[in-house]
Amino acid sequence: MFIIMVGLTFAAFGLLFGFAFGWLLHRGKVTDYNVIIDQFLLRDFTVLKVMLTAIIIGGIGVLALHQSGWANYHIKDANLLAVVLGASIFGVGMVIYGYCPGTGLAAIGTGSIHALVGALGMITGGILYALSFDWMQAHVLTVWRFGKVRLPDLTGIPDLVWFIGLTATAIAFFVFIERHAVPSHLRRSSR
Amino acid sequence: MVTHTSDLHYAPTLSDAVDWSPYLAGAGIGVLSWIVFAAVDQPIGITTALSQLAAGAAIPIFGSDSVSANSYWAKNPFVLDYGVIFLAGTLLGALASALLSRRFHIETVPSVWREHFGPSVAKRLTAAFLGGILTMFGARLAGGCTSGHGISGGLQLALSSWVFLAVMFPVGIATAHLTFRRRA
Repeated sequence: MFIIMVGLTFAAFGLLFGFAFGWLLHRGKVTDYNVIIDQFLLRDFTVLKVMLTAIIIGGIGVLALHQSGWANYHIKDANLLAVVLGASIFGVGMVIYGYCPGTGLAAIGTGSIHALVGALGMITGGILYALSFDWMQAHVLTVWRFGKVRLPDLTGIPDLVWFIGLTATAIAFFVFIERHAVPSHLRRSSR
Repeated sequence: MVTHTSDLHYAPTLSDAVDWSPYLAGAGIGVLSWIVFAAVDQPIGITTALSQLAAGAAIPIFGSDSVSANSYWAKNPFVLDYGVIFLAGTLLGALASALLSRRFHIETVPSVWREHFGPSVAKRLTAAFLGGILTMFGARLAGGCTSGHGISGGLQLALSSWVFLAVMFPVGIATAHLTFRRRA
């Protein structure tokens, strides 16, 4: 009974948190194919604005939660050959698809048929990866392996200094972008 | 923090009423991360759960025995857990936002694609499917996507996630500039 209750609570949390995530992605316009492609063409910086703000605001809060014992870190393994190869394939794939996995699923909800077809591609990609997993484990996943490392541990620079630096860099970058970038709706190439 | 001088040059449109500032949406995702970390003790992510769905899709193709014998699917089996329900929530949240803002519309060939590759539906859907394959394969090899690595890993200052971001963005920018150079 207890296990069922916990299961239902988790299911409800999944729906609630996922719902909020999808809502925020849509309101932030990153469920729009054109916005994502225009980011990679450096014509619209919405994607970077959303991501960097989420990283800074989220990171400072999660740091505070972690230090007061309310949250654990969940760090992904720095097996850097796999990360570099995977990120490269992902970068190419995301531009051809026009979405990342999260924004693609959200875009299906906004009526994007090509996002739905791409999601079927992602399922196919997931099957292909599972089939190649043993080979990857033998040849790729163990190369340049640094473990579940965080930048503050690696460099000795404290978390707070990282976030102050990140915030200062982001503000300088955003101020520059807001002054110089032409908003996409004013560009000649219409959407 | 940020000046909006450019906003003075055009009349208010529907966009201004519906779209949030990207900074506000990003801050919202950041705050959502706090809640998710504290409540369910796992970061926001998409592709781990998506590979569980891939396991489910593989069962009718390869049979449930070979799927459960696969070493990757043994770790990520087809179960309807929190992460998979999160995916459904993400789709539904965007659907609700799109319907309530009257932005829901069926789209097969988006305008930026059409400007460069023409109006062919088959061409766009083929590219979306192939791009989807690469996106998911890359995400699983790297250990996460723009959500799991980019946002959740980035905000934890994980080395792997910042390497992911530092490689993914330049590769994406180069790919976009190469493929979107021509015009239809």
